[in-house]
Amino acid sequence: MEISKEILLGMYRKMLTIRRFEERAAELYAAGRMPGFVHLYVGEEAVATGVCASLTDRDFITSTHRGHGHVIAKGGKIDLMMAELYGKATGYCKGKGGSMHIADIDLGILGANGIVGAGQPISVGAAFACKYKKTDAVAICFFGDGASNRGTFHEAMNMASSFKLPVVFVCENNMYGISNYQKHHMNISDIADRAGAYGVPGVSVDGNDVIAVYEAASEAVARARRGDGPSIVECKTWRHRGHFEGDPAKYKDPEEQKAWLAKDPIPRIEAKLIELGMATQADIDAMRAKVSEEIEAAVKFAEDSPEPGDDELLTDVWAG
Amino acid sequence: MAQMTYMEALRDGMRMEMRRDRNVFLAGEDVGFFGGCFGQTAGLFDEFGKERVVDTPITETAILGLGVGSAAAGLRPIVELMFMDFMGVCMDEINNQAAKMRYMFGGKAKLPMVVRTPCGAGLSAAGQHSQSLEAWLAHIPGIKVVMPATPADAKGLMEGAVRDDNPVFFIEHKVLFGLSGEVPDGEYVVPPGKASVLREGKDVSLIAWSAMVHKALAAADILAKEGIFAEVVDLRSIVPLDKKAVLDSVCKTGRAVIVHEACRTGGFGGEIAAIIADEAFDSLNAPVKRVAAPDTPVPFNARLEKLYIPSAEKVVAAVRELF
Repeated sequence: MEISKEILLGMYRKMLTIRRFEERAAELYAAGRMPGFVHLYVGEEAVATGVCASLTDRDFITSTHRGHGHVIAKGGKIDLMMAELYGKATGYCKGKGGSMHIADIDLGILGANGIVGAGQPISVGAAFACKYKKTDAVAICFFGDGASNRGTFHEAMNMASSFKLPVVFVCENNMYGISNYQKHHMNISDIADRAGAYGVPGVSVDGNDVIAVYEAASEAVARARRGDGPSIVECKTWRHRGHFEGDPAKYKDPEEQKAWLAKDPIPRIEAKLIELGMATQADIDAMRAKVSEEIEAAVKFAEDSPEPGDDELLTDVWAG
Repeated sequence: MAQMTYMEALRDGMRMEMRRDRNVFLAGEDVGFFGGCFGQTAGLFDEFGKERVVDTPITETAILGLGVGSAAAGLRPIVELMFMDFMGVCMDEINNQAAKMRYMFGGKAKLPMVVRTPCGAGLSAAGQHSQSLEAWLAHIPGIKVVMPATPADAKGLMEGAVRDDNPVFFIEHKVLFGLSGEVPDGEYVVPPGKASVLREGKDVSLIAWSAMVHKALAAADILAKEGIFAEVVDLRSIVPLDKKAVLDSVCKTGRAVIVHEACRTGGFGGEIAAIIADEAFDSLNAPVKRVAAPDTPVPFNARLEKLYIPSAEKVVAAVRELF
C-alpha cells in the first residue's frame, strides 16, 4: 500500500503526542495532581493511531478504560483532556467524568468507558445509525483481549454480522487483562480467529507497526463502508506500564517486558521515516520538541483552570 | 376520540411517532413479522417495513446497546425488553451506560431512547416473567419511568416518552393489554412527570400506578358505600415523580394508602411514604400505609398468584385501619 508522506508524518506526530501526553500524565499523577485512577496507553500508540488515520470526523469510535490514545488519535483536544484528568471545569466533561469517561460527540468519540466490554454493543448501535441514515460512516470498537471474553463481545459480533453493520472491531491484544495473562484467560491465541464463528473476516497484525495497523484498518473500514459488514482486526501489542498508574506489574515476565520494549512502535516509525527519506533526525528532534511544548501548554491550561462550581453537582442528569 | 384497548393505544402512540419522525425506529425480539409477544406491535411491520421495525436476536445486551449507540449517534430508538424480568441481563447498558453517559460527559451526549417492557403478574407466567421492577429503575438517576394505567395514557405516555430526549422506560402491564377505554385521535402527547387524579375524595388518598390503579378505584367504590370517600391518584410517572400531586392530595385528605404490585420491601411505596412523612407530616391524621405484594417471587399456582397480587379488599381493609 502506497502511503503518503503527509499521512505517515501525521501518524508519527499523533503517536508522539499520545506518548508524551501519557508520560506527563504519569508524572503528574505520581505528584498527586490528579484524583482517581489513570490507565495509560504507553506502548500501544500504533494501534489507535493506525486505525484512526483511516477514519474521518463523521465516523464513530467507542473506547475503553485505557482511552487517552483513542481520543487523541481521533482528534481530541489535549488541553480539554488534561483539564478533565485534573477534574477541572474546563475539561471535556466539566470535570464530571474523568479519565475513563472522556468523550467528544462532535468528533464521533462516544466515550472512554469504565466497564470492560461495554463499548461493543454501543458501537453496534452507532453502526446501525450509520446504516439507517445511509451515510457511509462507520463505527470502530476498540476493545482488549480481556473484553473479548465478555458476553457483550459475542452479542455485538453476532448482531453486527447478522445485520451486516458497518463496524470494525479492533482488538488491542496487549496480552493482559489486568494481571491475567492471555494464555490463562482463553484457550486460543489469536482473537481474530473468533471472527470465523460469526462468518466474518478476522486478521491479526503486529500492533506495534503503525503502517501494518493502518493497512489492515483501511481495508476493514473500506469493507464496512461499502456495506460488506463487520470484521475483526487484532493488533498484537504490549502496555509498557502497569494496568493502572501505581501498579508495579509484578505479574509481567521481565524478559517479555524487555523484548516488547525493544519493539517500541515509536523508534520503529522514526527509523522508517528516515529510511524512506521522509524525515531527517533533525526533523524528528524538532517534532519531538514541538509536541513536548504542546503538552506543556495543555498542562498549564489544566493547572490554571478553575474547579467546577458546587452547582455542577446537580446539572446534566437530564436533557431538555 | 375512539374506543380502543390499552394495547391498541400504545401501538397507536408508536405509529403516530414513527409517522411523524423518520428517526424513530423499533427493535426487539419478535416485534417485526410476529407482531410482538403479546401482539403489541402488530401491523407496524407492514406499515413501516423491516428497516424500521427490526427483529433482533435474543441478545438483550446488544438490544439495549443498540438503543444506546443509535441514540447517541442521532436516532430515536424504541427498543423492547420482552419481559421486564429480563432486565438483569442488560443492567449495565441501562445503569452504567444509558443513565450516566450524559452526566459523565458533562452534558454533551443526548440519549433519546425508549425502552418498552411488559411487567406484572396475573397470567400464571411464574417467577421470572411476572415481576414489577420499577423500584430498581427509580434508584438510577438518569432514567425516566412511566407506567400507564389507562388506554389514553398508554398512547399519551408513549408519545411523551418518544419525544423526551432522555432514556425513558415505558412499562406496560400485561393484564391491562385488553382493557378498553376512550383514546384521543391523532397525536396525543403526555410528557413524563405528571400524575392524574382519577377520582376526587376528601377522606383518604389512594396513591397507585399501573394495574393497581384499578384496584384502588374498585376499593374507592366499596368505601363510598361505607361513607368513606377516597381520592385516587394515578402517579403515571414514577420518575419524574409528581410530588406536588401526592402532597396536595394528602394535605387535603390527611390519610394515605399507597398501592403497588411490586413486593413490599424496597418498593417505590417506601419512597412515597418517606416523602409524605417528611413534607406532609402536619397534615397526617393517621400513619401512611402501603398495600403491596409479599416479599416472595410470584408463584405459579393460580390461587396463590391471586393471593400474591394486592386486591381491592386488601386496600379497603388498609383504609379502615386509618379510621
